[in-house]
Amino acid sequence: MKIKELLFSPVLTNNPIGLQILGICSALAVTSSLKVTLVMCIALTVVTAFSNLFVSLVRNQIPNSVRIIAQMTIIASLVIVVDQVLKAYAFEISKQLSVFVGLIITNCIVMGRAEAFAMKNPPGASFLDGIGNGFGYSAMLIVLAVIRELFGSGKLMGYEILPLVTDGGWYVPNGLLLLPPSAFFLIGLIIWAMRTYDKKQVEVAEFKICPNTVKEA
Amino acid sequence: MEHYLSLFVRSIFIENMALAFFLGMCTFIAISKKVEAAIGLGIAVIVVLAITVPLNYLVYSNLLADGALAWAGYPEVDLSFLGLITFIGIIAAAVQIMEMVLDKYMPALYNALGVFLPLITVNCAIMGAVLFMVERDYDMAESTVFAVGSGVGWALAITALAGIREKLKYSDIPHGLQGLGITFITVGLMSLGFMSFGGIDL
Repeated sequence: MKIKELLFSPVLTNNPIGLQILGICSALAVTSSLKVTLVMCIALTVVTAFSNLFVSLVRNQIPNSVRIIAQMTIIASLVIVVDQVLKAYAFEISKQLSVFVGLIITNCIVMGRAEAFAMKNPPGASFLDGIGNGFGYSAMLIVLAVIRELFGSGKLMGYEILPLVTDGGWYVPNGLLLLPPSAFFLIGLIIWAMRTYDKKQVEVAEFKICPNTVKEA
Repeated sequence: MEHYLSLFVRSIFIENMALAFFLGMCTFIAISKKVEAAIGLGIAVIVVLAITVPLNYLVYSNLLADGALAWAGYPEVDLSFLGLITFIGIIAAAVQIMEMVLDKYMPALYNALGVFLPLITVNCAIMGAVLFMVERDYDMAESTVFAVGSGVGWALAITALAGIREKLKYSDIPHGLQGLGITFITVGLMSLGFMSFGGIDL
């Protein structure tokens, strides 16, 4: 498979959040501020890439029956490393991320890619696939974070972009965007947009609505 | 007593695992097409939470926390960085043991839960509850109450969503929103509904 395809197909056409329904868990909670989101995205991409690499390296040695636990151990060790690094170099942000760094362990993207891709492919390709899926995930989260932070508090990365009414500006912030429900709405709308752009992703309805039959009088 | 009741209500409604913290979302979206399956999964989550959170509390406070090994003569040892890997190991082991026990003594329940039990190991709601327990310094009683409460909250949310989705499949939904899209928007509205519990304090 081509490098370009491995890296970029998960961003638009096969987005882990939009299409594969993986990894929506935990991470949405961090999207109310862009800075925290970026750190989370980097952490997740690193963990996915390296867990794919290591799982792929040992894929021929692990017996099938214990593969889940082996993958879990690799992932958990990587997350511990990331967690310790964050605590050492970005303590403030690691406080804001609170439990969500630890929850990368149970993030289905990491586990799902290890199981679906890294178990069947050589290390190099697996590493790229990990980075690609990390990007796909990051793209979704960054879009969410930009919308939520910009329109919710008028700031980006803590810098004021839209001057707020309370500070003498003109922008009235939309407080709902900082609350959990808005993340759900935004994801729903983004999925709608992506599926309008790429018709192949549309799910087939279980029931067809009959066209209205109006009797001619 | 009041303190525990307040904690219980808060973990069900105000700090709902699924709707306020986005935990256990993958299974929440994937297994909410049928009410029966949703109830089965909900019960399994309550049981697993009620067992694993207190268990992890015991392990954390007696072995891993800063200075916890004082009873063994190592008061200066801090193993808390091993927390993540220990918790996930304990959860996986507890789920496995529970599966075997249920299979032997309660086959009816085992069959009802079926495929959901092993899935629960990677459900972020379980891991999330354990990590919250550590972060908020709950004691033994508090962590049990918190675990049961958040389990009930999660079960309530998934059952409600399954009920809505069962009705929703007969509606005329725009093509692009079909399936995943409309589900997210429904969850958003539910989350908005649950936020109205926000001010309640016992």
